[in-house]
Parts: sequence; structure tokens; C-alpha cells
Amino acid sequence: MNKSASDTIAAIGTKPGEAAIGIIRLSGNKSVKLTEKIFRQKNRKKISQMKTFSMTYGYIVDKKEEMIDEVIITLMKKPKSYTKEDVVEINCHGGMAAADKILELCIKNGARIAEPGEFTKRAFLNGRIDLSQAEAVIDLIRSKTEQSLKVAANNIKGIVKDRIEELRKRILDVLVELEASIDFIEEDLEVTPYEVLEKNVIEIQKSIDELINDEKRGEIIKNGIKVAIVGKPNVGKSSLLNVLARKERAIVTHIPGTTRDAVEEILYIEGIPLIIADTAGIRKSKNIIEKIGVKKSFEYISKSELVILVMDGNTQIDDNDCEIVEELQGKNIIICLNKIDLKQITSKKEINKKFKLNDIIEISAKKNIGIDKLEKKIKTLVLGEEEFNIESKIIVNNRQKNILLDASGMLKHAIKAMKLKMSEEFPSSDLKLAYNLLGEITGQTTTNEILDGIFGKFCVGK
Amino acid sequence: MNFEDVTKIKYDVIVVGAGHAGCEAALACARLGFKTLILTINLDKVALMPCNPAIGGVGKTNLVLELDAMGGQMAKTADKTLIQLRVLNRSKGPAVQALRAQIDKKEYEIEMKKVMENTSNLTLRQGIVNKIIFEKGIIAGVSLESGIIFNGKAVIITTGTFLRGRIIIGNKDYEAGRMGEYPAMNLTYNLKELGFIMDRFQTATPPRVDKKTIDFLKMFIQPGENIPMSFSFWNSKKVYDNIPSYLTYTNEKTHNIIRENIDKSPIRSGMVKTHGPRHCPSIDRKVINFEHKKRHPVFVEPEGKYTNEMYLQGLTTSMPTDIQQLLVNSVAGLEDAKIIRPGYAVEYDFLLPNQLNHTLESKLLENLYFAGQINGTSGYEEAAAQGFVAGVNAALKLAGQHPLILKRSNSYIGVLIDDLITKELYEPYRMYTSRSEYRLLLRPDNADNRLTKIGFDIGLIKNSDYEKVIKKQQKIESLIEMLGEYTINPDEHNNEFLKAIGTSTIDTSTSIYKLLKRPEVKIDNIFKYFFENKGADNIKTYNDNYDKDILEQTEINIKYKGYIEREMLGIKRMGKIEGHKIRKNIDYFKIKGLTFEAQEKLSKYLPETLGQASRIAGVSPADISILMIFLK
Ligand SMILES: Nc1nc2c(ncn2[C@@H]2O[C@H](COP(=O)(O)OP(=O)(O)OP(=O)(O)O)[C@@H](O)[C@H]2O)c(=O)[nH]1
Ligand SMILES: [Mg+2]
Repeated sequence: MNKSASDTIAAIGTKPGEAAIGIIRLSGNKSVKLTEKIFRQKNRKKISQMKTFSMTYGYIVDKKEEMIDEVIITLMKKPKSYTKEDVVEINCHGGMAAADKILELCIKNGARIAEPGEFTKRAFLNGRIDLSQAEAVIDLIRSKTEQSLKVAANNIKGIVKDRIEELRKRILDVLVELEASIDFIEEDLEVTPYEVLEKNVIEIQKSIDELINDEKRGEIIKNGIKVAIVGKPNVGKSSLLNVLARKERAIVTHIPGTTRDAVEEILYIEGIPLIIADTAGIRKSKNIIEKIGVKKSFEYISKSELVILVMDGNTQIDDNDCEIVEELQGKNIIICLNKIDLKQITSKKEINKKFKLNDIIEISAKKNIGIDKLEKKIKTLVLGEEEFNIESKIIVNNRQKNILLDASGMLKHAIKAMKLKMSEEFPSSDLKLAYNLLGEITGQTTTNEILDGIFGKFCVGK
Repeated sequence: MNFEDVTKIKYDVIVVGAGHAGCEAALACARLGFKTLILTINLDKVALMPCNPAIGGVGKTNLVLELDAMGGQMAKTADKTLIQLRVLNRSKGPAVQALRAQIDKKEYEIEMKKVMENTSNLTLRQGIVNKIIFEKGIIAGVSLESGIIFNGKAVIITTGTFLRGRIIIGNKDYEAGRMGEYPAMNLTYNLKELGFIMDRFQTATPPRVDKKTIDFLKMFIQPGENIPMSFSFWNSKKVYDNIPSYLTYTNEKTHNIIRENIDKSPIRSGMVKTHGPRHCPSIDRKVINFEHKKRHPVFVEPEGKYTNEMYLQGLTTSMPTDIQQLLVNSVAGLEDAKIIRPGYAVEYDFLLPNQLNHTLESKLLENLYFAGQINGTSGYEEAAAQGFVAGVNAALKLAGQHPLILKRSNSYIGVLIDDLITKELYEPYRMYTSRSEYRLLLRPDNADNRLTKIGFDIGLIKNSDYEKVIKKQQKIESLIEMLGEYTINPDEHNNEFLKAIGTSTIDTSTSIYKLLKRPEVKIDNIFKYFFENKGADNIKTYNDNYDKDILEQTEINIKYKGYIEREMLGIKRMGKIEGHKIRKNIDYFKIKGLTFEAQEKLSKYLPETLGQASRIAGVSPADISILMIFLK
């Protein structure tokens, strides 16, 4: 099928199961006429006669004039709509089934199902938003957590664009100096010393790397990380999950081997979504069911980004503990020394000495002791020491991050050339590439910025 | 021959104007065997340098050498008439180094005129053109103010600042092409009638003073180089007379004179309203715009061997003459200097160059070309380069051959023309190296390697010259190969040498190629040590086998390989959209998705390729994607 940008497109605007009402959104030349065909209301007023940004109540009917659902219609006329085209929104309250049916009717009457993000694409193509804003909207549609909603909202406001523009400006400032000393050598210009420029480039490169790191952390905040709670039987793994989840998620008994199949839960710790799994206690067992459970525990270990190893402070360290630690080589781990409300038979020091592991936290899952410390530890391990307030951070998307990585590489190359005292045109060549790369993020067009900069800054001319 | 007969001659090409553009255009056409007429208002002012008596400079050198590589005249005439030659940016890399030659102005004019007079197929003639003549809608020639008509199949307009020229000094102004010369009034009206859009620019020149009245002891001497050099690839190198220039500075007193009299400056009084070149501002403007600057440099340059006139580069002004005298006398060494000619500003009509194709033929009328300052450029070099391209293309078209379209990726001349026809022009256009995105490739030293083949294919480069270039290239390539294979041992001797030239020692046997990659290692040192002393069989006396140019380029190719390859990759990437032709007669306002700004700009510039479109200010990468989809 030939997908043209002039088709009228339709899509369900709410995700399945997310809301009680379903929204069907239409955009394009035929969206008004098409809606008139399937919409009825008492006063028989035409949608085309409605004012823009007004609503009307009525119902949707099928070919046989049978009512499908009661709806509210909102009309946004071009060009002041999201896509700069005529947009109609049909709010039905029959849930997904009704929404599906209405969408089907729209298609039968000449609309085409929108591709993912196509409304935004049209908004972009029709010049309503720039590239970084368009990407932010797509992120917004796809974001799962509340935090990532905030990030996406920031990007719509154009924060990414502002930040990239600022970085470009800083690169431009260096370029202006470098180029002035090449093209205007005959003049008596007071150009900034090379060493100072080198420092500036190092600073710019750092700023770009910060953005890249923030993206990585932002990614964690948006999509969460996988965590496994592991340990030998009866150390209190299920109890720990329950206290972290603040609900009775997993069964807790005094019988070792209670948990047989892993229990998964999504929970937030300090704003970080954790996809956390309580696993079967690991020990040598002959029981087939338990064996399968243990095998699964190992699978969880290998696919998690963070492992919480639980040990029982009320018992001796044994072979089981040792084997598990062995298994965790190269993983990100936190050790919880549990049951500190009871008599301590194994101490923090001992574990530290025996396994050479540092991140050990004493807790009681039963009495809710040390859990706040554990939560803090998880946060610093995942996001780093310093405060990471995502709302104040600029989080770029994946495409933007890749461009930033390239730009950072160019700047490193420039710094190397400057360290070697190579002449100005060499770092300049790297900087220009970095400058243009950043322009790709914001969709800038080319102009004579460098020469304008030189003439603005220096007294040039003979 | 009487007038009657003259009008019966059918020329192939008529060039209007004998400045730097006109001369190159006429010479190219005539040399390619086309019957060419060049008309000028004043035959005593052929190839005049009305501003500074110099050729070259950073960026401009590339233009001159590229022109030379393709068979242009400028570099050759410069070599013959220069009185001082200097290397600029010597401490920088080869891509941005440049030559600057002080020229004996009068000799240059005489020499260029002589060359033209002795070129077969070329006729020089004095006269003021007032109209372009058509026959059945096709260009048929030009008519003069005197009523005479000349027949020609193609016309190249290279009238510089003459169209509706107006000279301003202080509060006086009068119509003139240059100081003391007639303007061309009617031709500009004729062009407008034909549908061309003209705009107005302004430029200015400093006063000239009498050498006998200057105290050079108070100035800094600026000598030329004492090593054999030449501008042209085809001339042998030699050491020139080297008449020095001098450097002095303005001071607070100078600036105060300007401030006190600023209301008399034409830029303030409103006598001059149009844009002038930012790279060449008047001293008035410099003092106003850069208030904190305590001094501005003034270069005192000789205008020639046989004249006492000295050019005061840096003191451009069109203040009233008495103020100019005060200004000049406030500068160290110029206290008693007598002005011989005052500085002045000139305002003139130029053609908005977006009305031209890459061949410099107008989009509006076939076989009508424009080149030089009339296209809104400044500088003799920029003019000459365009003149050559227009001339060659006029000839190629008459011969029914493929046009000469230089690319951004092979020459600064390509950059110049592409910029002119796709970018907004706010001021007279001057070349800079920063205008090229392939600066490390488009070097002055390899202009012959880049372009001589083109000149040879057109027919403006002799076979023997072309072969020289090929041989040189082969030598460079084999030398690079040899240096990759020639390894040196990490013995005490060699390491001692490496230490001495300030680079780290080696502990395994290493190729010379590898050593040359180090920025601090110079090919000259290496060759002296390894090949001269030790007498390796094949290059015992390397000086005999490899002249300076070859060693230099070998070193560049090795040392900057990474950078050069990256630019080549850039060219390859751009190649796709560069070669993507845009069909004519597109209504950009009907393309959905383009921003309004892009629609407007594309309609204005009517780019020939997607590459060109991508360089138009206001057309974003997103617009280009949409255009690409539309063109599919
Ligand atoms: N006193 C005390 N008892 C605890 C603590 N944490 C867990 N327990 C008890 O230890 C027993 C085992 O707890 P679970 O949470 O089921 O242990 P588990 O590690 O999941 O055991 P399996 O699933 O069998 O591997 C239960 O009786 C808990 O009440 C603690 O901090 N203090
Ligand atoms: Mg359990």
C-alpha cells in the first residue's frame, strides 16, 4: 500500500487496559466528513459547523444505524491542532471493545490505521514541532514510569534543544578563535591562547560526557533494572521481598525450601523501578521440584543487573553460602546480613574477611531494620554517589546519545591534536564535525556562523 | 577597417569589461579558439588594481593556484610583475599556508594587456556598452553608447563596480566607475529591463601618500622571503627583488580625530547607506565598533618600482580630504606624509548571483554570463576565478561540449561559485579557507594534482605540463611506498639522531613512514640523516631526485593521512546528495512538510542538486529528507 502523508489516519489513543475511556483520534483532510458519517446527535448539528476546540455529545452508529457507544467528540481544526491538520477525537466509554469497534468503522469509511508515532511525525512534518520535540513526544507515548513522563515532558519544552544549543555555542566560540588565527593572520588580532582553548575544549567534552552518563542513568530510571534476591534456603529472601514491596507478596514460612518458583514484582526504590525476583533458596537437593527451582535461581542470577545476596546472621556460614558467592563472580552484588534481631553467630567482619566483599548491610526483614539503608545502597549502586534528581536533568534519547558519543569522540581527537600542538586547522576540523553533529540533534540549518563570529568579536580589516 | 566593417564581424564571445574577470574570460575563450572581443571603457586601465597592490593572501592563494593549474593567467602575470613575495601562516599546516605578493601595479596592467594583445582570436576595443542585443529572443551581441553594434553569440558581463558607480568623499559624491573613470549607467538599466534583479554594495579604498614624505625609521620593516619561489606551477622559482613594506599603527590621537569628525564620515552622515565588506572596514568603522582597541595596524605598501605612491592598508576612509590628511599625519612615521590620492568609497550595482547557474550563465537568458565583482564578490582573485569559469563555459557551450562545473570537493573556485549561487549575500564576498569543508584536501600545494587534468581536458594546459604533473604524482606515490618499506634499526646511532631532532627513541625496527607520522619529525631532517649521509643506493642524493614540492607533499600525505581520509569520506557521503539532481519547475509551496521558510528559500534559489539545497540557509536536514522523498 502506498502510504501517503495526505491520507487521513486513525488510531486508538489510549493503551489497552490503561484507562476506562478509549480515545480514537483521527487526523487528516477527511477526518471531519468521516466522523459525520458515523456520528449521530439529537440536534443533528454538523461537526463541520462546530467551533474548533469544542465538544459535542452523541453516539456512534454502524452501517445499520445501530448504536455502538455513547461518545464525546472533540474537534480541533487545522492549522491550530497538534498535527496542523483537522483532528477529531472520539471519547468512548465502553472500554477497549467499543474503541476497537469504532476504529474499525473509521477504517471502513476511508481512514487508515496510523503507524506508531505517525501523529507526531505529521506534527513534525507540518512544521509544528522540531525534531527533538517530536522525539520527546514519542518517548512520552512509550514511557512506562512516572519519572520518564517527567523527562519526556521536559524535552517537549525544548530543554534538550537548549542544552545542545549551548554546547554548540561553546564549540563555536573556540572555532571562531581558531579560524580567526588562520584566515586573519595578517591582522593584529588578540586571539585567545591555544592552551586556554584546549582547556575549553576539555570542558565541553566533559559536559557532553555528562549528558551521555545522564542518559545511561535516565535509561535506568525509564526502564528499570533487573534485580534478583538470592541465598540459601530459609535466610529470609521472601521476607525481604515482602518488606521491600510493602505487601505480602511471597509466602513466608519457617520451612526451608518454601519458595519453589521465583516470584517477580515491580517496585520503586528511591524512584528507580526495580523488576525484582525472589528466588528459590539454593542448596543441593534431591527433590525434583526444588531442583528445577534452584536451576531457575541461577538463570535469574545471570540475567539480573544487580543481585541481593541474603545471609542468615543467626547461623554459621556454610558450603551453600560459599558456593553461591562463587556463582556470583563478576556480578554487581549487595549482601544482606539478615536476622540481626536474633543472636549474631556470623558477623559482618567475618563475611568481609572470608569473601572479600564490601557492600554488606545488616538488616532484619522481619522487624524492618536497616531496610532504608539497603534502599539507599541500591540507589547509589545504580545511579552513583551524587544526587541524581531526574527532574533537573536533561535526558537525551538513544539517537541523541549516539550522536553525542560521536561528538565526544571528535572532541577527544581535537584535544589530542591540541596537546600535540598541531596547527589550528586540525583541531578545527574535529570541532567543525562535532558542531555539525550536534546540529543534527536540533535540526539546525547551515549558516555562516563562524565568519559572523569572527567579525563580531575581532576588529578585522585593513 | 571602418565602422561599417567592424559591425559585420561575427564574434563568438563578447566580454564586457577588462578587469581581472574580463581578462581571464577573454583569454580563455580566445585560447580555446573562439573569436573573442573584449570591450572596456578605458584601454589604459586593463587589469587595474584599484585597491591594494597585492595578489594572494590566505584562501585567495588557493584560488590563484587553482586558476593556474587549469590554464589561467593571473599567477603567471603576478610572477612577472611582483616586487615582493611572502609566505603567510608559515608556522601552520600546509593547507592554510599562503603566498602574498606585492605587485607593481602599472607593470601588471602593461603585462596583462600585452598578453591579450598577443593572443590570437582576441580583439581589444575601447567603448561603453549600453545594451545587450537580441535577435528573435536569442543573444546577438551588444551595442555601445556610440551606437555601434557588435555581433556575438555569447556575452560575458564583467563590469566590476562600474554599473551605476557612485564615488563618495566626505559630503561630495559623483558618478564614476572608479576614481576618474566613467560609470556605466545604461547597461544596468538594460539588465533590469531584461528582468535581472540588481542590488547595491559599497567598498572603499585608503589614501595613497608620497614615499619621500614618509619616515620609515619610525616603522617596522616587513621584508619578503629570500628563498626561490613562484606563484605559478609552470614558472621556475626565483628570488625576487623584495622591495619591503612597512608596518605602523594608529594611536589615540588618530582615533580622537575620527571621533571628533565622525559626523563627516559618510557612513554616519548617510552618504553611504549600502553594505560594505566586513573584512575591509573603514578606519572610521573600526574606531567606532572597537572602542577599547588602542591601536590598529597600518601597512605601508609600495604601489610599484617606478612610483613614489605608497598604499596605506588599514587606513581606508572616505572622510573629507582635509580630515584624511589630519588622520594620516597622526600616525607614527606619517607625520609629514603628503596625500597624493585621497581615499574614497564607491557604491555600485551588482547582480544577485542566485540568478546564475554553476557555469555562471544566467538562468534567465541563455549565453549570457556574469563574472567578477558584478556578482557581489570582492578581490582580484575571486574575480579572475569567475572570469575563467565563465569564459571556459561560454566556449564549451558554443562548442557543444559538457560544461565546466567545479565542485566544492575539488576546488575553492567550486566553493566560491556554489556559495555565490546558494547563499544569501550580505556583503561583498571574500574567500576564506574556513569556507571550505574540505580544507585539508584543497591545499595550495596540490592544486595542480587536483585540477590540471581538467585544464588539460578543456585544452588550456599543454601536454608537457600535464605530463609534469602526472610524473610528479607518480614520484610522490612511489616515494611513499618506499618509505613504508624502508625500516631503520633501533641502534644507538639512530636513537641518538632521533633524540637530537626532539622525538622519542625506538626499540624495534621502524619504517620511516611510521616515523614521519610523528608531528615533530620533519622529512628534511630524516632525509638528510638517512639518505644523504648513509648513501642508500636508490636515493643517494635525494635532492637531485626529489625536489622540495615532492618531499613536502609526501610528508603531508603521510603525516595527515587520517585527516585527509576523513575528508575524503565526507566527500563520498555528500556525493550521494550532491549528485542528486532536482528537476526543474518544482512548486515548492505544494510540497507538504517543508517549512514555510524552506519553501521560500528553495523557490528563490532553485537549487540544481540536493547538495546545493542542503546548503541554503533556512533549509534544514528534515527539509532535505522531505525533498528527497518528494523527488522519488
Ligand atoms: N527473627 C527473624 N526471623 C526472620 C527474619 N527474616 C525472616 N525470618 C524468618 O525466617 C523464616 C524463613 O523466612 P523466608 O522469608 O521464608 O525465607 P526464604 O529465604 O524465602 O526461605 P526459602 O524460600 O525456603 O528459601 C521465616 O520463619 C521468617 O519468619 C528476621 O529478620 N528475623
Ligand atoms: Mg522464600
